[in-house]
Amino acid sequence: MSTPAERATNAFLEQIDRPTAAFFESCVHCGMCAHACLFYTETGDPQYTPIHKLEPMRRVWEREFTLFGRVKKWLGLSKPLSEAELKTWEPLVYDSCTLCGRCSLTCPVGNDIVYMVRKMREGMVAAGIAPDGLKEASIRAVRVGSPMGVTLQALKAQIAHAEKDVGLKIPLDQEGAEYLLLMSSAEIMQFPEFMGAAAKIFAQAGVSWTLCSTAFEATNSGIQIGSSDIAAQLVQRIVDGAEKLKVKTVISPECGHAYTALRWEGPNLIGRPYPFKVQHILEVLDELRAAGKLQTEGMEEAKLTFHDPCQIVRRGGVVEQPRNLLRMVASNFVEMEDPGIYNWCCGGGGGVSANERAEPLRIKVFSRKKHQLDQLGVSTVVTACSNCRNMLEEGLEHNHMQVSVLSLTEMLAEHLKE
Amino acid sequence: MSGPELLLWARGTGLQIAVAIFLFGLLARFVELWLLGRKTDLSVARASAVGPGLRTVVSRSLPMPGALKQTPLVFLGGYVFHLGFLATLLFYVPHIHFLRSILGFGWPGLPPFLIDVIGLVTIATLIALLVQRFTDPVRRFLSRADDYVAWTVTFLPLLSGYVAFHRLGTDYTLMLALHILSVELLLIVIPFTKLMHMFTFALARWYNGAIAGRKGVRV
Repeated sequence: MSTPAERATNAFLEQIDRPTAAFFESCVHCGMCAHACLFYTETGDPQYTPIHKLEPMRRVWEREFTLFGRVKKWLGLSKPLSEAELKTWEPLVYDSCTLCGRCSLTCPVGNDIVYMVRKMREGMVAAGIAPDGLKEASIRAVRVGSPMGVTLQALKAQIAHAEKDVGLKIPLDQEGAEYLLLMSSAEIMQFPEFMGAAAKIFAQAGVSWTLCSTAFEATNSGIQIGSSDIAAQLVQRIVDGAEKLKVKTVISPECGHAYTALRWEGPNLIGRPYPFKVQHILEVLDELRAAGKLQTEGMEEAKLTFHDPCQIVRRGGVVEQPRNLLRMVASNFVEMEDPGIYNWCCGGGGGVSANERAEPLRIKVFSRKKHQLDQLGVSTVVTACSNCRNMLEEGLEHNHMQVSVLSLTEMLAEHLKE
Repeated sequence: MSGPELLLWARGTGLQIAVAIFLFGLLARFVELWLLGRKTDLSVARASAVGPGLRTVVSRSLPMPGALKQTPLVFLGGYVFHLGFLATLLFYVPHIHFLRSILGFGWPGLPPFLIDVIGLVTIATLIALLVQRFTDPVRRFLSRADDYVAWTVTFLPLLSGYVAFHRLGTDYTLMLALHILSVELLLIVIPFTKLMHMFTFALARWYNGAIAGRKGVRV
């Protein structure tokens, strides 16, 4: 039986690829990544410097994959990875990293640091060292089908509510529909208006869509904790559901990491391309807008801004779509400082929101978002990720700020031409 | 060994040894890098990775919006030091003569007074960056032996070059020999330290730009 440190080492050996080696080899310890990371800027604590969060994996790379490192290992001059070291790094790689990827934008030698944090978490999982909140969410996702334990029965109850609210049929398991809409647990339970909003928009656009009883959950705890095995299993459920219903496109909802999981990591996790397209809901809505199938009326006149969810914008490439859509319904839309791909994280991405231990730190680093919003003096912040939405609401409440948080999809649905 | 003997050794055997270790080290580093390989990405690309990848190799020389303000010394010091080092290396006339003897061709150099100024500014910048490494919390926290070794072997050719340039000290021949030896030390150390970034930065920037580029993000 191998030790946790050995299992982590083996996972690192498997994860380290040519880009990783090129990144480690190029780092000059300039420390600029610290200034791109809200965990450093809001605390001033150097241990939160992004590249430092990767030190255990870097050591394995040096020891096993470099000439000099191997000589040092042979001479007994370097120590193998230890369980204590991994435990020390656990809060750094989980509590103080939201996988937001801002550090990857600033590194002068071009290191994609967050690409490596994602890999580092695979080693942590192999060693069994991860925050309890994330472990529990992953177990629920595998066993029940949702990290928050949302069952099909609960979904059906919410569908019935939404149908009553909007007076439209919400299709379930309709074979041959064009779109399969996924939802995050938060959207099903906390923000059920989302489902109704989608129903209204699709009805107006005249497109066929459906939910799937075996694949309704979009989130992927495997991506957050860093377990490719779990992540692949969760992606496979969606792929099976989409293939069973023979849909053309699967829609990733207003959730950040769900999009990364399904759109960018999914095919690599299950080892094959999909026979269907994956789009974020904002991509779909923007396509409908461009085709003239999304007709709105009336404008929000209050000054409002858009919070860019990291995984959808910076790491997902859906940058212009939310802006095109917002301009349809908001006459006083203003950008935050550092908008688009440079945006600052809400503080709760990458599994941080599921990690109770990280809560005080997460609340503390919200000061960056508070500052951005204070600068603008807006009364509303619109976003397109239910996790960001939760984090924003919590942070605003904590700071006694009178700013309301809206979902872009729901806002559009409010303005649909009757 | 007297000054002239040492100079002769540094220019002959010494240089050959240094270049051999440098080239062997580089080869080893690139082989170990290449052997690692990379999995094919099965997700459907939104855009080509090639253009953005190449673009990032160049564009990452510029700071991200707002970054210059946060760490002005790292940025400005970084620019001045890199450009100053390259200018003194490549545009000091005696260096061009030396390179011509190896390459078979040369290029116009900069006037000595300019090299003098650039050399001095570069030396001062390197010292400032070292002081920052000691005093700034982030940089002090991150620094390891490797960082100080790299600083030292980069600094020595500049310092010895400056001393030889001004014929400071009593024995010019000895100073010149020490200057050449310091360059040889730099060559030997490059493949085994973070100084490797002078080659791998292009690869790192390429991967970063390409990974984002295929998702339709320009970094």
